[in-house]
Amino acid sequence: MQTSSPFKRIIDWLDQRMPLTQTFEYHMSRYYAPKNFNFWYFFGVFSFVVLALQLVTGIWLTMSYSPYGETAFASVEYIMRDVEFGWLIRYLHSTGASFFFIVVYLHMFRALLYGSYQKPRELVWLVGMGIFVVLIAEGFCGYLLPWGNLSYWAAQVIISLFGAIPLVGNDLAEWVRGDYVISDITRNRLFALHVIVLPLVLIGLVFLHMVALHHVGSNNPDGVDIKKHKDKEGVPLDGVPFHPYYTVHDIMGIAAFLFVFCAVVFFAPEMGGYFLELPNFEIANPLKTPEHIAPVWYYAPFYAMLRAATYPFLGLDAKFWGFVVMFGGVLMPAALPWLDRSKVRSIRYKGVYTKAMLAIFVVSFVMLSWLGTVPPSELRTLMAQFFTLMYFAFFMLMPWYSRIDQTRPVPERVRV
Amino acid sequence: MSGLRLLSRLFFSIAFVPALYAADATVELEKFHGDLHDLPSLQRGAQTYMNYCLGCHSLQYQRYKRTADDLGVPEKLFSDHLILTGAKIGDHIRSTMDPELAKNWFGTPPPDLTMVTRVRSEDWVYSYLKSFYLDDSRPFGVNNRVFPNVGMPHALLELQGVLKEGCRQVPRIAANGGEARDPLVPGRTLTETQCGFLNLEEGTGRQSAEEYDRTVTDLVNFLSYVADPSRKQRERIGVFVLLYLAIFFVFAWLLNREYWRHIH
Repeated sequence: MQTSSPFKRIIDWLDQRMPLTQTFEYHMSRYYAPKNFNFWYFFGVFSFVVLALQLVTGIWLTMSYSPYGETAFASVEYIMRDVEFGWLIRYLHSTGASFFFIVVYLHMFRALLYGSYQKPRELVWLVGMGIFVVLIAEGFCGYLLPWGNLSYWAAQVIISLFGAIPLVGNDLAEWVRGDYVISDITRNRLFALHVIVLPLVLIGLVFLHMVALHHVGSNNPDGVDIKKHKDKEGVPLDGVPFHPYYTVHDIMGIAAFLFVFCAVVFFAPEMGGYFLELPNFEIANPLKTPEHIAPVWYYAPFYAMLRAATYPFLGLDAKFWGFVVMFGGVLMPAALPWLDRSKVRSIRYKGVYTKAMLAIFVVSFVMLSWLGTVPPSELRTLMAQFFTLMYFAFFMLMPWYSRIDQTRPVPERVRV
Repeated sequence: MSGLRLLSRLFFSIAFVPALYAADATVELEKFHGDLHDLPSLQRGAQTYMNYCLGCHSLQYQRYKRTADDLGVPEKLFSDHLILTGAKIGDHIRSTMDPELAKNWFGTPPPDLTMVTRVRSEDWVYSYLKSFYLDDSRPFGVNNRVFPNVGMPHALLELQGVLKEGCRQVPRIAANGGEARDPLVPGRTLTETQCGFLNLEEGTGRQSAEEYDRTVTDLVNFLSYVADPSRKQRERIGVFVLLYLAIFFVFAWLLNREYWRHIH
């Protein structure tokens, strides 16, 4: 006689045909995460929430957005005014873009703090860097779509950078734009990249990020390996099943996150011109340069690096070196697993050199962010040059200072 | 090459900045105090807009019907008194001026103003509308302090009257930073002549200075509404969303505490 519940029967039927329960156990109920996660460990799941939010609101925006000609700008206003709750969908998406970078930057900073990029998590880190780079491209493409005046000019500046590459530069810039200037052709292709290609790549990379992470296991604030001490059943003594312990923990975190996020969406969606820049409320006009062209805040540190390069070198224009420094700044963290020669992972047990360099790195990043959003002056260019050097020094000198640094002994087990 | 020069070379090689858009950032703007919940103010602002602004400036992303609904004006009343272009209630608020002709008249077609308060700020529009003054060197006989050499006549001239650049007697500032007192007449403040003020020519406008301030406040209030018509609804819903999340957080926190009680 059949005694199991209908739900159990469905699960059994599915389990015979695909590894449903097995997958759930591997990634959730039997994935043992260190029990000492702290505040910094929320930002991974927050990134996930924002990704989902961007995908869902993006789908609804696409239903009403028109990428063609003059209607691009008008269709955004149509969404804001004529579509039921269109304003909500649009503000969720625009605020989501900024929050994506906030949580991703903090998530990456967590890895810096606790050495989460070190062996055996190099691949987790590299895939994460891939996500970061794709996210930058995704944000850039999306930024052109509302066809505001700053959208237009920011894209003009960034795509023209390709022109600085020797020999092929101008042809390359033209190939990227599909035209001699930013035009409908450019916007249409960036639209295709923004809504299809890049999200697909992003989802694929996020999947790989999770697969690689769950294969090697999560790091923790102490940087100790929880798999060294297991009970008779092979369960790490310092681990707890991700589900339900971290699912309930994350739900609490997500509620707090959404509170802050919604406060911005409902009460300050422009965020003082940082999330939605004011010149973008005006339609793109090739004959009207905005008084001050600044990228959105989340690109500002790298934009400041671009402007910091002011000397021609090896017969190549300063603009080319700015281009190199900017992309170098974005890609530099990818080398971290091989730059860090420290015997310990976590900042808790690292020495004074590492702590000082990390502090310098944070100050440089914040200062570059500010410098990238304000108009340049002679002093500011000097400051940008200094902080760009400091930014790179953090990485370039790491093999040296991380090796000679006086580390403290790491405990056997995690501290709670 | 400095960063500034790099940028300017980049931009000016492909574009030029028409003098019409040269905004002067040095002028101190007056503070605008509006209230989106003040429906009579918004209605008066709409009335001023339709009568004095729409001749040249469209609000091409906003519809009449939405405006009537949000401002609490019955559609029939709105159609009869505030649609002056022959448009239907469901249409966008468009000026009937031919952009090509407008370009000949003003040098550039008058810009759409749907989001002018978001692009330039409410304070800017408020100050701008109060800063037109007589200047015979300009084609329309007026210039503007906030937007020097703007290619626009003073549309509200008949209301405000004529402002002229001139001098005024102002209190003299003493060495200690306070007002200088007359040493011979106790309590009397010493004054001096300062120039560069915009003085109203009495009797040239239909409204008093206070009435004109109110007209401009109402108008900017209306433009502020048009720039982001969902704002009131957004902020109202926002309160409930945040309340819900706060309560949800308490339960999520309690649930989390319950699960983690035995983890040490």
